[in-house]
Amino acid sequence: MPVTPVARARPHVRLWGGLALAVAIWTVLYTFNEPFWTWLIGDVVRLDLTTRLGSGVHFFFMDTVKILLLLVGIISVVTVLRSFMSVERTRAVLGGKREGVGNVLAAGLGVVTPFCSCSAVPAFIGFVASGIPLGVTMSFLIASPLVNEIAIALLLGLFGPGPTALYIVAGLVIAVVAGFVIGRLKLERWVESFVFETRLRGQVVNSTIGLSWEDRIQMGREEVASILRKIWPYLLVGIGLGAVIHGWAPEDFFAQYAGADNPFGVLLAVLVGVPLYSNAAGVLPLVEALHDKGLPMGTLLAFMMATVALSLPELILLRRVLKPKLIATFVGITAVGIIAVGYLFNALLPA
Amino acid sequence: MHVKILGPGCANCVNLEKNTRAAIASLGVEAEVSHVTDVAEIAAYGIMRTPGLVIDEEVVSSGRVLAPASIAELLAQR
Repeated sequence: MPVTPVARARPHVRLWGGLALAVAIWTVLYTFNEPFWTWLIGDVVRLDLTTRLGSGVHFFFMDTVKILLLLVGIISVVTVLRSFMSVERTRAVLGGKREGVGNVLAAGLGVVTPFCSCSAVPAFIGFVASGIPLGVTMSFLIASPLVNEIAIALLLGLFGPGPTALYIVAGLVIAVVAGFVIGRLKLERWVESFVFETRLRGQVVNSTIGLSWEDRIQMGREEVASILRKIWPYLLVGIGLGAVIHGWAPEDFFAQYAGADNPFGVLLAVLVGVPLYSNAAGVLPLVEALHDKGLPMGTLLAFMMATVALSLPELILLRRVLKPKLIATFVGITAVGIIAVGYLFNALLPA
Repeated sequence: MHVKILGPGCANCVNLEKNTRAAIASLGVEAEVSHVTDVAEIAAYGIMRTPGLVIDEEVVSSGRVLAPASIAELLAQR
């Protein structure tokens, strides 16, 4: 008996039907999250939500669920979209572009290309050995962790499209300028020499060819699981700290030290943020709580960027290809860029 | 058959090695497994995303931690 069109269509219907259902469930959970906890903690457990304990506990549970939902949603969507892009294709696009244009392209591609920090070294070698200028490669390496989809997801959910757009633009500008400056300074002599001598033998594997929709969605699921597994401790600590600040810190407590009146606020925020190693998911709940307590958005964005853009593990890995002077330059220029952005936003945004 | 795992030592490459050994065991084939951590050597294979999987000097996957079933499929094809 020939296979009917309906029978052949069923796997596709299952796939897209399942996805539609998942989106519907997600939307319901997200919309009813806050009212649910308000009801559960306020009416059932009978905690007074205006007290410190009540509001702290409410914040903790509500924020945990909200952030988990945002993460699941954005990571799935972004991973599927990114499965169409590859580092190999980025390298092909960047090859032969001169500085300036190359920096802008590299920064943009750094945001959309799937890339984890443990791939930083092979990617770096792959770019440089194939002739892409050092500055252009640095623009890619800076943009990638700096403008990451987790931060975008959380900023969007916690603060809305305004700060999110600012963050993306700021991150891109920093990546372009920093990479361009590094390129102009002609710091090739501070790269380990073996990188330029690496002969790329063998065929270049394009890892995105031949993936079906099922494959891509499966990758989305794998990525969500993998990221959640990696960051859940940071997330709980971040939300816990955020809940404590939310419930217990007096209003304007932090504003005294790093508020809009303190000219050193941004500097302080960046100096604290640079050595901190955390995922964006761990930092943003903290940022949300601090914002409620009066800290200006510019200072907070600077703090967040400083924390996520420069991570000690990535710098240790990069040591295999970059000499210490170049690493220091890289950290220094990026930090200066973030500080500048922080002051700029504080000046532009209303308190 | 000679299988190589390419990666600087992060959790993903460790998992890929585990899955590879499981796949080899499930197929019952003779295969030598080695782990390449030197970055220059990894880049020379032409991959830019770790972890990478190389079978008999041919790169079969990069940037993904394949499940044992997928690895077994790739091995069985040789």
